[in-house]
Amino acid sequence: MLAVDGITVRFGGITALDGVSFTVGPGTAVGLIGPNGAGKTTLFNCLTRRCTPDGGDVRFEGEDLLALPPHAVAGRGIARTFQNLGLFPRLTVRENVMVGAHSRGRTGHLAAALRLPRVRREERELGDLADDLLRRLGLADVAGHPAAGLPFGTLKRVELARALAARPRLLLLDEPVNGLSHGEVGQFADLVRSVCQDFDLTLLVVEHHMGFVMGLCDKVVCLDFGRKIAEAPPEEIQRDPAVVEAYLGVAA
Amino acid sequence: MSTIAVTLGTDRARRLRAALTVLLAAAVAVGAPFYFAPFQVFQLTMVLLYAVALAGLNLLVGFGGQISLGHGAFFAAGAYTSAVMLDRYDTGHLATLPVAAAGCFLLGLALGVPALRLRGLYLALVTLSLAVFLPPLLKRLEPVTGGSMGLIVDKPQPPAWSGLAEDQWTYFVVLAVTAVALLLARNLLRSRVGRALRAVRDDESAAEVMGVRLSLHKTLAFAWSAMFAGVAGCLYTWVIGFVSPDSFSFVLSVTLLAGLVVGGLASLYGPLLGAAFVTYVPSVSQDLSEAAPGVVFGLLIIAVMFVAPTGLAGLPGRVPVAVARRLSDVAARRPSGVSAVLHRTPPAASAPGPESPSRPGTRASEPLTPADPETVGAPPRTEKE
Repeated sequence: MLAVDGITVRFGGITALDGVSFTVGPGTAVGLIGPNGAGKTTLFNCLTRRCTPDGGDVRFEGEDLLALPPHAVAGRGIARTFQNLGLFPRLTVRENVMVGAHSRGRTGHLAAALRLPRVRREERELGDLADDLLRRLGLADVAGHPAAGLPFGTLKRVELARALAARPRLLLLDEPVNGLSHGEVGQFADLVRSVCQDFDLTLLVVEHHMGFVMGLCDKVVCLDFGRKIAEAPPEEIQRDPAVVEAYLGVAA
Repeated sequence: MSTIAVTLGTDRARRLRAALTVLLAAAVAVGAPFYFAPFQVFQLTMVLLYAVALAGLNLLVGFGGQISLGHGAFFAAGAYTSAVMLDRYDTGHLATLPVAAAGCFLLGLALGVPALRLRGLYLALVTLSLAVFLPPLLKRLEPVTGGSMGLIVDKPQPPAWSGLAEDQWTYFVVLAVTAVALLLARNLLRSRVGRALRAVRDDESAAEVMGVRLSLHKTLAFAWSAMFAGVAGCLYTWVIGFVSPDSFSFVLSVTLLAGLVVGGLASLYGPLLGAAFVTYVPSVSQDLSEAAPGVVFGLLIIAVMFVAPTGLAGLPGRVPVAVARRLSDVAARRPSGVSAVLHRTPPAASAPGPESPSRPGTRASEPLTPADPETVGAPPRTEKE
């Protein structure tokens, strides 16, 4: 479904990603791990076209992703969440989710100003879609609240709802349980698992919480200093000497 | 299931209340010119036309998060388009409106493209230069614009069947255009497009990941905004019947921005309040002394920003919160005060009736209530870096 091939990114003299290749099969969940600064978020940014790699190739269902303008990626069925939350603080939770469905709407400026009948219909559809998702994720009570000022765990779920509103086929989660309490991590994992099943999603997740990654993913890719050092199912990756070395160092 | 029923109920109630408000406002607006003296009707007309310009500026600054210190230039462009058409080609008044609107839309589009690469102070400076540069240009183009002397044009005349005086007729014409303009702005904002604009204001890169085309929405916001200013300028020519370069100095641009901030950024009815502020404050303070308007205007802006940082439109939402907080402060202080010492024996009965239940109530609602006015009048931050 997603094929990353030899992707290289340099920032000045630093090579953030160095020839990383892996594939994500349809319907699978792939975890992306690695120590801080390994290049995980940079890789995510390449997939959503926020950053253009210096070399390599990214294909999504056979289409060259790097040839698309950044705003077109969502329309192809790729949605993401952000490491430090990228919500719109002054919009309500419901509006945030409706912006998530932006790529599914068609209304242009002129039609919107005249409020043509099809604009009304579309507004109603997007509103219903948002309400369904908010109910599904237990956010109906805060729907009218501005995104700023809600608890962190709630905001994480709002961001997930916003990403799901695009009806993506590939969902990218950037440290989804970072900053959540122990109990919340478990709940969030269950939530992600169930929405992946319900919406038939393929998942690529960056996370430091090993319990979360190992419990959720079918395959784990480990990066270190911009290079892929391992790619294996979770139970094997935990025994991989290169991974252990990257995380714990090696005895002198 | 019950939550759905509740939201439906409040939804219907809100719709009913909105419809009643609109009806009431319409009745007042239609009745006003028959009640007030001609000069007061003229002032109301000016409020309406400034409201159009401010609604346009609000699209750009309040909802789009960009800034413009050059909207006086679009206002002037609209005014001169109308004046020149009336003066040279003797077209009817109504014919000048679409031309002024379309011309300013295109001007705004042209300026919106460089604005894509600028933000904050830099954008303010570039737009300001436009406002500074236009009046001298108008003076130079004497054959068309009449130079420093300006142009005197006819005001729209009331048709015989209406039986209205000139000022009343003008008022109704301006009222009609204003109503349509405000409706267009409201429609735009309550749609996918309006949400996209506000999303871009709050977080550009996140909005782009959601599929929002930044360049398209930002340039079109500029174009719409310029169009509204141009329409207001066109109305200005109709109302005053005279244009000159000195009417459109950069002070006009600054006044418009100040009016918007005072009225309430990112609020749907903030532009109306701002327009009233811009119209009435100078004319009322004129009675005090010749030099008073500038001083009073400035002091009032400072005062409003202290009392209502979200603008006048945010005030109704802020007052109950402030009152509740004050009450809870008083209630919190009371027990340690004299009354508590006097009636020490039954503590439950000693506290005065209304305060003791209100204390926990207001406390609990505090984290929630301040957020409510923010949706109406956003914080007065116009730019994020």
